[in-house]
Amino acid sequence: MKNNSTPLSRFWAEFRENKVAVVALVVVILMMLLALFAAFVSPQNPYDMANLSLMDSRRPPGFVGSGGYTHLLGTDPQGRDLLSAIFYGLRISIQIGLAAGIVSLSLGTTLGILAAYIGGRVETLIMRAVDLQLSFPAILLALVIVALLGQGKAQLIGALVAAQYAYFARTAYGAAKAERGKDYIEAALATPMSGRLVVLRHLLPNCTPPLIVVATVQIANSISLEATLSFLGLGLPVTEPSLGMLISNGFPYMMSGRYWISFYPGVALIILIVAINLVGDQIRDQFNPRLRK
Amino acid sequence: MSDPVLSVKDLKTHFFTRAGVVKAVDGISFDLAEGEIMGLVGESGSGKTVTGFSLLGLVDAPGRIVSGSVKLKGTELTTLSAAELRSLRGHDISMIFQDPIATLNPMLTIGQQMRMAIDAHERLGARAAEARAAELLTQVGIPSAKERLRAYPHEFSGGMRQRVAIAIALLHRPAVIVADEPTTALDVSIQAQILFQMRDLARETGTAMVWISHDLAVVSSLASKLAVMYAGRIVEQGPTATLLRDPRHPYTAGLIASLPAMAAPGTPLTQIPGTTPSLLSLPEGCPFAPRCDRATDTCKTDPDMTHQDNRGWRCFHPVTRTAEVPA
Amino acid sequence: MLGFIIQRFLQAVVVMAVMSVIVFCGVYAIGNPIDIVIPPEATQEIREAAIRRLGLDLPLYKQYFIFMGNLLQGDLGRSFVYNVPVLELIGGRLPATLELVLISVISATVLGVSLGVYAGYRPESWISKTIMGVSVLGFSVPSFWVGLILILFFAVHLGWLPAGGRGETVEIWGVAWSFPTLDGLSHIVLPAVNLALFKLAMMIRLARAGTREIMLTDTIKFARAAGISEGTILRRHLLKLISIPILTVFGLELGSTLAFAVVTETIFSWPGVGKLIIDSIGVLDRPVMVAYLILVAFLFVTINFVIDLVFALIDPRVRQGATS
Repeated sequence: MKNNSTPLSRFWAEFRENKVAVVALVVVILMMLLALFAAFVSPQNPYDMANLSLMDSRRPPGFVGSGGYTHLLGTDPQGRDLLSAIFYGLRISIQIGLAAGIVSLSLGTTLGILAAYIGGRVETLIMRAVDLQLSFPAILLALVIVALLGQGKAQLIGALVAAQYAYFARTAYGAAKAERGKDYIEAALATPMSGRLVVLRHLLPNCTPPLIVVATVQIANSISLEATLSFLGLGLPVTEPSLGMLISNGFPYMMSGRYWISFYPGVALIILIVAINLVGDQIRDQFNPRLRK
Repeated sequence: MSDPVLSVKDLKTHFFTRAGVVKAVDGISFDLAEGEIMGLVGESGSGKTVTGFSLLGLVDAPGRIVSGSVKLKGTELTTLSAAELRSLRGHDISMIFQDPIATLNPMLTIGQQMRMAIDAHERLGARAAEARAAELLTQVGIPSAKERLRAYPHEFSGGMRQRVAIAIALLHRPAVIVADEPTTALDVSIQAQILFQMRDLARETGTAMVWISHDLAVVSSLASKLAVMYAGRIVEQGPTATLLRDPRHPYTAGLIASLPAMAAPGTPLTQIPGTTPSLLSLPEGCPFAPRCDRATDTCKTDPDMTHQDNRGWRCFHPVTRTAEVPA
Repeated sequence: MLGFIIQRFLQAVVVMAVMSVIVFCGVYAIGNPIDIVIPPEATQEIREAAIRRLGLDLPLYKQYFIFMGNLLQGDLGRSFVYNVPVLELIGGRLPATLELVLISVISATVLGVSLGVYAGYRPESWISKTIMGVSVLGFSVPSFWVGLILILFFAVHLGWLPAGGRGETVEIWGVAWSFPTLDGLSHIVLPAVNLALFKLAMMIRLARAGTREIMLTDTIKFARAAGISEGTILRRHLLKLISIPILTVFGLELGSTLAFAVVTETIFSWPGVGKLIIDSIGVLDRPVMVAYLILVAFLFVTINFVIDLVFALIDPRVRQGATS
């Protein structure tokens, strides 16, 4: 046991012991890089209509199209190269997942800590609302909100946030409430230290570990939920196909055996979500003192 | 004297954790005669509870008994199969735990739980089983036992729940009971009641007891002999009266000196300096040396148990009564 | 006990009232329903007449009371699209959904608890590790994609099972059910598996975590010290102790599965309320949306209430009103 190491390096040393989690982390980073540099690694720009030819549509993997190169994963109904479409789709899925995750994290944490810090009626009001919402399935909430707000990136993120902030609020509230009850917080509040400082220095840091765990899970959930909504035709507009939309586009062709249009985007989606969840699992186990031997 | 009913020889129970091997019990030996009560005393983390679990073969992973022998009425327990061990547990050797609220299942009635313990070893009809259960409850001092069999644990007070647990442990008249701080969680007045009841029960039934406690005062009123544990070993053992009057190991002496009853009113209590060492990073040699004012370079090696008459200690520089007198 | 029931019942009523306000505001107050009901080329006079007729000129709270009054009389309005009473529309579709949901949740719970208890009891065995690995998949893989793969493999590739629809049904008490016929059963397998997988993964994880925790408690140690066999400990102690968290989640999951059926029904063209709501959202059929949401909220509240009652039946501490 090295005692001179920082908490972060100790955390990493323990993380490294789980080979599966390390592989998962590498996959997550790799996919984020692919998404970030989609324009450079894709054989084709799938959004550029001039690039597409209907002659090339619904071709199986390995087909050499009019562009003169091989479509490794085949093409979709619009004649897009599926591999390129997946890279660009990843980009949109990750964007939406991260954006929804970060906004829900900020909103939920703020509400949770406020409820724990202020107490009284504000606490009751916020937490009752959160509990009520938690008992309601996220997908239904997202569905209704998308239906009411209409389609588009901002609306979709809004729906995902509305469906997910409550998890963060509950987590932050639980951690902050436990800490709020301790004597040293009372003591800190009795000094001229401002309330804001108490929140920033004491309450927030104590909420961080559980929030990180919830955040990884919820980002994976956001991506999955976005894909589901897009599949149901309630997600993004057709001009910006996320992975869910690609899968949805291929669904009608599945019965006739043109499986690849739905299959490969789905594989990409699953690899991404499973990898994020595996990383999240490991982080959670490391934060859970009860499982530590 | 006849053969001991329980005989432990050089027992070692280690835990193989990610951080390293924890030698929770590291070579302890003692004998227990029929009806005898031995107090096993030590601070928390000294290995007394793990000793208790080892006696019943109840050590959970990642721990296991690595060597040594536990003989119960002549039967070697450490080499028994799981099924053979199970048939002995509760029948020939049983155990009582510290927190009576945690030991009983809140979802089952007292009667159901006692019935399960009876069925584990004997085929009795419903009526005979109920009679046996009620008899035991009466014996441990629970009034209107027959009706109470239909009650749930939450309908009992803490002290009453502990009596129920004791009744379950006594159901099959075991030869040995391991009692792991059974009165620590209870009120002081109830503590005393249960202590003396247990002593009487042991005397009547001839059951021997290993009474685990961190409280020297409690055990010494009950046990005829004591074993003092420190960092996984027994550092001193012998008859209670002898040990209290004339401790040899500095740790035992420290424990006795820190008893409130030993200090004159108005004087500060004596305390042992320092804290219990982590079992992961024990010092070389005698583990008590860093806290001991008598330690010398000799203590860098491990002392063996020195035997004298019916007592023993593990120390190179034992306390003697004359040495206590200031020069 | 009676006090407990009354208290829970009042809570349920309050939650229902709050939900109705939220749903009302959510669906009626956002946006302008006039734009949907009346063609944009209508004259100003026709518009105003319609607004008056629909009561949209009244203050919001009055609109709410009218809405609630109708609701309590079982009148949830008429569907814009089908032009039949919404209640009739939903009532006709509900049995299909309930059938699917119940079969999924019950089989997921039975199987999930068994596998989870095993995995929690022997966490180091390779079977347990396999179970947990599969459950991570079940947890992560989006349910709609699993549905597609099920269709691809079992319906298209192997041709063993039908890809959609409800198959032959039998009328019991005037309601059509699929499960009594072989054809109906073959239609329900794939959607039920699809819907159950996520719940299965969840139940496995829950049962495993519960088992691991309970097996470390003094209750189990004490039972072992009394010589009680492992089989008896699992059957009588563990299952009894684990039933409370399992039951809580079972109730919650029953509700959320109802919501998730939306996805499964769409994939497998299962003619239940889920498919209806997706279609209604697509054409902004507000009365159907409102009715569906109120119905789901009502089922949620009812399920929670029933679960509370069951708690009281199995947990002596709740039954006898103990506070500890």
